[in-house]
Amino acid sequence: MSDTAERTAPVEIDRVIIRFAGDSGDGMQLTGDRFTSASALLGNDLVTLPEYPAEIRAPAGTVAGVSAFQVHISDHDITTPGDAPNVLVAMNPAALMSELAKLEPGGTVIVNIDTFDDRSLTKAGFHDDPLQDGTLKGYTVYEVPMTSVTKKACEPLGVKPRDAERSKNFFALGLISWMYTRPEKPTIEWINTKFASKPLVRDANLAAFRAGHAFGETAELFDHPYSVRPAPQKPGIYTNISGNTAMAWGLVAASQQSGLPLFLGSYPITPASDILHELSKHKNFGVRTLQAEDEIAGVGSALGASYGGQLGCTTTSGPGLALKSETIGLAISLELPLLIIDIQRGGPSTGLPTKTEQSDLLMAMYGHHGESPLPVIAAYSPANCFDVAIEAARIALKYRTPVLVLSDGYLANGAEPWLLPDVSTLPQLDYQLTTEHNHVDADGNPEFWPYLRDPETLARAVALPGTPDLMHRIGGIEKEDGSGNISYDPENHGRMVALRAAKVAGIANDIPDVEVRGDVDDAEILVVGWGSTWGAISGAVDRVRTSGRRVAQVHLMHLNPFPKNLGEVLRRYPKVLVPEMNLGQLAKLLRADFLVDARTVSKVKGVPFTAGELEQAISDLLES
Amino acid sequence: MTDTIDLPPPTTRKDWSSDQEVRWCPGCGDYSILAAVQLLMPELDVRRENTVFVSGIGCAARFPYYMNTYGLHGIHGRAPAIATGLAMARPDLDVWVIGGDGDMLSIGGNHLIHALRRNVNFTLLMFNNQIYGLTKGQYSPTSEVGKVTKSTPFGSLDTPFNPISLALGAEATFVARTHDMDRHHMMETFRRAHDHRGAAFVEIYQNCNVFNDGAFEPLTAKANRDDMLIPLVHGEPIRFGNEKEKGVAINKSGALEIVDVADVGEDNILVHDEQHDRGLGFMLSRLARNPHDPTPIGVFRAVDRPEYSDATSQQLAAAQAQKGPGDLRALLHSGATWVVD
Repeated sequence: MSDTAERTAPVEIDRVIIRFAGDSGDGMQLTGDRFTSASALLGNDLVTLPEYPAEIRAPAGTVAGVSAFQVHISDHDITTPGDAPNVLVAMNPAALMSELAKLEPGGTVIVNIDTFDDRSLTKAGFHDDPLQDGTLKGYTVYEVPMTSVTKKACEPLGVKPRDAERSKNFFALGLISWMYTRPEKPTIEWINTKFASKPLVRDANLAAFRAGHAFGETAELFDHPYSVRPAPQKPGIYTNISGNTAMAWGLVAASQQSGLPLFLGSYPITPASDILHELSKHKNFGVRTLQAEDEIAGVGSALGASYGGQLGCTTTSGPGLALKSETIGLAISLELPLLIIDIQRGGPSTGLPTKTEQSDLLMAMYGHHGESPLPVIAAYSPANCFDVAIEAARIALKYRTPVLVLSDGYLANGAEPWLLPDVSTLPQLDYQLTTEHNHVDADGNPEFWPYLRDPETLARAVALPGTPDLMHRIGGIEKEDGSGNISYDPENHGRMVALRAAKVAGIANDIPDVEVRGDVDDAEILVVGWGSTWGAISGAVDRVRTSGRRVAQVHLMHLNPFPKNLGEVLRRYPKVLVPEMNLGQLAKLLRADFLVDARTVSKVKGVPFTAGELEQAISDLLES
Repeated sequence: MTDTIDLPPPTTRKDWSSDQEVRWCPGCGDYSILAAVQLLMPELDVRRENTVFVSGIGCAARFPYYMNTYGLHGIHGRAPAIATGLAMARPDLDVWVIGGDGDMLSIGGNHLIHALRRNVNFTLLMFNNQIYGLTKGQYSPTSEVGKVTKSTPFGSLDTPFNPISLALGAEATFVARTHDMDRHHMMETFRRAHDHRGAAFVEIYQNCNVFNDGAFEPLTAKANRDDMLIPLVHGEPIRFGNEKEKGVAINKSGALEIVDVADVGEDNILVHDEQHDRGLGFMLSRLARNPHDPTPIGVFRAVDRPEYSDATSQQLAAAQAQKGPGDLRALLHSGATWVVD
């Protein structure tokens, strides 16, 4: 007895990075997601990185069909899903083939040994058995018969062996839950609720989960489990949130805070569709969702709803943003509020639909015909998508302008613990409307001028259809300053171009200055980022500073206009480094706007930077 | 007396005319369509402030500027999409969509068919002049094969759309045709279209006197109308001609054909049924093969089907009845949560 007790006493570690990998049909995203939830409830800090193929079901057992979910859990504040996993769970040979190189040297490999037959090995591209031929030399390898034990556990339930096999991901989840001392209860409760309508599947999954847990405890394979203590966090109520859910909830919040019903016009596209799915559930908030016939109708219907006085919004990814471009130009000309949310993915063209990239920044800024400035803001973390949605709505409503919001596949699908805000502290959003005549014609008759502007914000007067006596026409043809009537006058066009530009530029007076983090006063280098690279940059900056060098960091949420103090901040430091998941799009803007020698560090591979890569890049520039 | 307070005050055509100078070519058929609409509006018991004209791009799309209502002149082809969002957001508004054959059937074809199948509540007037006017004379998706234009000096090769067939194929609940030479027929057709709850599609044969003059003259010239236009009237035998001596009947092979009433007998003349759901409207839309065949005008189809913004609003109301009005705090706390002390 005492032997067992000693063997199973958990060893405390400060963090671990686990990568679950298997066939697309193996349920790895679900497994990772459940492990994440149990860890969140335990109070760990965590960051996740789901990676899955674009094909719904690539040929089973092939490397192309491998789906993986990486989760980093920790007893302290972390910002990235980790550079290299410590543990790889490989459900089949293809998963081992595809994922092994990512594992840290000497890391732990847990394989489902039942799948390592000749046929599967060949399909995965192995000539010899990697478990025998020395491929895994230096790694700690556990060969676990996941399929056969799962089948055996399900036998008494009367589940057919083929159906029982489908529960093997819950076996893996049970085993890893034991290894890292995750509480069983939340997973059991979740299985009970999720599969309530399918009792046999529910029971098979429960049996598999328990069998995995028991296997860890009883099979004398593992020396001991590990535990990761809760991370110190600010007091409050937390939930685990993905970027797309946070974005959807932020839009609902913006609707509530403005009193304007939300209208989403959207065409399904990876990785943005989950926002449409989420919002379509919330009709009791007065949310109207239209799955439009195409991307153009998505934004067109949203603009129509905005014209009618609702909070019009469209969601998309790069190829869809390209299609919406003309309508965004119309919205800029009509000067109506509109939210365009681009969840960036690998491009150009279909590119890498399920992979992340930041390569739409210049399209967001300039991808419209004519002189057509519009505000651009970017989220930096999954939870930050909530705040960004509200900020976008604030600007759109106040300045009567389309606002382009940038997120990306990494933020959209990644998750982190979120300290839930007190909803009473959310900003009130005010959409001022005109209900009376605002001008007098030459004969002294009162009239309505839709392009009369607020002298401070340059926002135009908006009167909604249905407002008595203020009937007027607006359109995409150039409008006369003030009256809004069609005008082809050259001087007037020049004035309107300048007014639209000044209106957007003036928003700089209404957004916070950038905050410099790190060695504010004496940094040798400033690292400037935007969007989802925040976690990796922060981690890298901290590491370089720990090594004794002085580094400052700025992360931009407002990309157009830039915060007012940005130029001064950029010029304050001898070197400026801009990490981006593109070939240097923000750096180009900084160089053009501020004449600073901003250097680019690029990664355009469909996967996020690791903190290690950026630590190296910062060190290299410091040494150069 | 107070029960009349909700009725709009009486108006005249002048009240519905904006102060903007109308800028179509002199002699354009658009003028008579504009007049028909402006004359009709005072008869419809609607308010100007609750009326919105939405258009795309093209000669016809300038229409909203001339109406003293709310108006949105959009971008090429997208008016049905913009109007869909507007009509869904504001079921209280009377939404009209105006466009030409290029706007609606070429660049905007996709939006048109989807708006029709959804049955969004708007009245869509498609000015069909079988030519591109604003871009100065290229062939359109309704131009006849062999059309010689600036872009087709050797004649066009494309088979034209039959707009009525297309609208019926797109599951439109109201489909009608009228023409710019008959103000009374236009007004009555527009009135029916306006009163229809759902998407109403009206094709208007419209003369472009600059780039395609006389395209419909074989049908619409006063001297030709009796023999060439077949008025469709719900519940009445389909007859035409100066003495109503001709009619439409179903022949032995099940096709529609034009017959002399005297030959087949009055009882064998087809009775028009707007609610016919087995393709009568479609067969009628294909009776004329070219502008030199007698052509039906009037309402081809008018059926009831749930309107899209009504259906949307009903879903919202049902969700609120079931879950109560949205509670933001409850939404944020709807996932698994944990407390850090």
